[in-house]
Amino acid sequence: MRTSFGERLLDLAVNGFLWGFRILIVVIVVLGTFLTIRAGKYTSEQWIDFVVFGISQGSIYALIALGYTMVYGILRMINFAHGEIFMSGAFGGYFIATWLTGIGFMDKYPVFGLIISMMFGMLVSTLIALLVERIAYRPLRGAPRLVPLISAIGASFFLQYTFRGFFGPGVYAYPSMKALDGEWIFFGIGILKVQIVVTIAAVVMMSILYSIVMFTKIGKAMRAVSENKDVAALMGIDVNRIIVTTFALGAAMAGAAGVLYALTYRQVNFFTGFTPGIKAFTAAVLGGIGNIPGAMVGGLVLGIVESVGPALFLDSIGIPRPYQLKDAIAYIMLVMILLFRPSGILGERVSKKA
Amino acid sequence: MNKRLFALLSVLVLASMMLAACGAPAPAATEAPAAPAATEAPVVATEAPVAAFQCTDAIGCVDIAPGEPVHIAYWGVLSGPDSSLGEDSKRGVEIAIDDMGGKFQGHDILLTTEDAGCTPEGGATAATKLATDTSIVGLIGSSCSDETVGGIATLTNAGLTTISPSNTRPVLTSPDRGPDYAGYLRTAHSDAFQGKAVAEFAYNFLKVTKAATLHDGSTYAQALQQVFADEFVKLGGTIVAQEAVAKDATDMKPVLTTIAAAKPEFLYYPVFVAVGGYVTAQIRDVAGLENVKIAGSDGIFTADLLKGGGENTKGMYLSSPDFSAFTGDYAGFIAKHTAKYGGTTLSTFHAHAYDAANILFAALGKVAVADADGTLHVGRQALRDAIYATKDFKGITGTLSCSPSGDCGAPVIAVYEIMNSDPASWNPSDATNPNPKKIFP
Repeated sequence: MRTSFGERLLDLAVNGFLWGFRILIVVIVVLGTFLTIRAGKYTSEQWIDFVVFGISQGSIYALIALGYTMVYGILRMINFAHGEIFMSGAFGGYFIATWLTGIGFMDKYPVFGLIISMMFGMLVSTLIALLVERIAYRPLRGAPRLVPLISAIGASFFLQYTFRGFFGPGVYAYPSMKALDGEWIFFGIGILKVQIVVTIAAVVMMSILYSIVMFTKIGKAMRAVSENKDVAALMGIDVNRIIVTTFALGAAMAGAAGVLYALTYRQVNFFTGFTPGIKAFTAAVLGGIGNIPGAMVGGLVLGIVESVGPALFLDSIGIPRPYQLKDAIAYIMLVMILLFRPSGILGERVSKKA
Repeated sequence: MNKRLFALLSVLVLASMMLAACGAPAPAATEAPAAPAATEAPVVATEAPVAAFQCTDAIGCVDIAPGEPVHIAYWGVLSGPDSSLGEDSKRGVEIAIDDMGGKFQGHDILLTTEDAGCTPEGGATAATKLATDTSIVGLIGSSCSDETVGGIATLTNAGLTTISPSNTRPVLTSPDRGPDYAGYLRTAHSDAFQGKAVAEFAYNFLKVTKAATLHDGSTYAQALQQVFADEFVKLGGTIVAQEAVAKDATDMKPVLTTIAAAKPEFLYYPVFVAVGGYVTAQIRDVAGLENVKIAGSDGIFTADLLKGGGENTKGMYLSSPDFSAFTGDYAGFIAKHTAKYGGTTLSTFHAHAYDAANILFAALGKVAVADADGTLHVGRQALRDAIYATKDFKGITGTLSCSPSGDCGAPVIAVYEIMNSDPASWNPSDATNPNPKKIFP
């Protein structure tokens, strides 16, 4: 095909800009890293702390991202209400944890208390997700792709303001668990107990999910539906049931993440789900949307870059107040990954399936 | 299919709107009368020519027909984590209205509210809505300096005048603040005083020499920590780190680790409730900051900080207007507050809001002209001038005089220490066992 000189010039300019952008970012990262390490402002314990903070934040992102990625894998839609599902889990966990703390159960059996809180948070999230799926998404199954997306945004607002209506605009302070205060020492490095617990819980949840998807019959059916809904239906798979299962699993992960998030930051309000929801969506895209290990990797990478990035890249090249740019770092990284690898870190090349 | 889809969407939208409306019961209740107020505008317009009164005011008049209310609006933060700040001031205004018997020269006083969300965008939105309502006589607000920065030009250009009970950013009343601020005064102190008081407290009272600051990007926090830093250096101290986070940040441990690397003895974060809670809750978890002394300011002088910050709030310092230095009848105000709302005050600026409302009513009393048929006329420029002319006004917070650049406050700052981290114990005006307790000066 022939293109005019003007079009080719425009092409060149766009490509040039994109390459310039990539080079600029890489230069900033390399230079900043070099200068920071040479300046020696932080001790190695502090660097380890940064990474640990990042991992614990990232594992929460990963848990939420799983819900985005699974629903996308099956329905090719972005469930924008997922952040609110996460928030509802945090609220559910709040009420049960407060009650358990009140009757003294939490102090006596912290492990069971934590598990019960997480279970309850997951239950609340799952119920709400199933309602949302039934009311806001299923009737739109055959509609153009934009329609369920808009419906998802509506559901997101609806849930936010429902919670605001019930629980008011203020913050709820999560009860602090005595068992999670303080640090454990590993090889001379103190790591906060709550972060270890959060990370381990997240890893356990993710392994359970991964085993369900990879090694059970229902997981096989999910993968089949994700490959091709119509053929799966012809093979005798109840597609609706699989879709509901997917929503339930994703929501359970988000509910667990909600409780873990609230344990870490010790407060929850009706708007809690918004920012982590967007971040987790970023993580899902980063890892390759539709890909389950991708969501996990994306979440961890995002968490670590957010935590380490401001200190490592920006501190020493004279950028004042680098932590205000934390989100910018996260999103620039997303742009960079998409520029270099449009399908995400672990995303397979988009197939030419219709 | 399409019909069902539309029906579903409209049900969702309607339901969420309804829920949004019942979300904030308190403001919704006072907002309800706003609808008749808005429709009254055309009535006023037709009423004007009938009356003998000729409006000669440079920026127009408000005419209040017999039976119509005198419309005062309050704008500030009424939702989100900082809602206590706005709600607290709103109560001050409501008590001032009660003290007038709910009436001004025979007209009911109508108070409506507009949520500005503690952001510049929220301030701009609220101001735009308020500016279109021609029945509004005067305003009290906003809560956060950011809201004023976003909305004041719109209000001033609409001929409105607002008195803020709680904006403290110094530049809002600086002599070179520009014509957009002609409609802006405040009864709150300027942070030029507050930052200085905290610096003196840290250097002279706590005897620390290395301080760090952290702000949340709001114009209030940014300016206040800078005043503190400058004053602290002037006293002979060193500022080892000045960091900032985004207002919606939750994970403070990385930024606190960066601050820890600078080894401060004192960390000052004069931020709002969300960031304040997260920083306080997480600060002791960061290696190197286990024993650093921590302080905030009037933006987080509320029991909500204890909810978000948890046990670490015990021993934290907060600067605020000095309640014990109020020359007016503060105890009497507290009695009315308790009778009306129960519980304790929510934040620090209720008395300033009460004074602001009374300054507005006093100025209104000077300029309002009543017709033979009972119609009340208020010249907008005349009202503005009368507020600026306020001199030796006996308020609760002190004897107030407004400067030509809009500063009406009597700035006396104290530093309080949080004695107990239980939100239920919050009561700064308790006679025997106050929490937080005044410790400086």
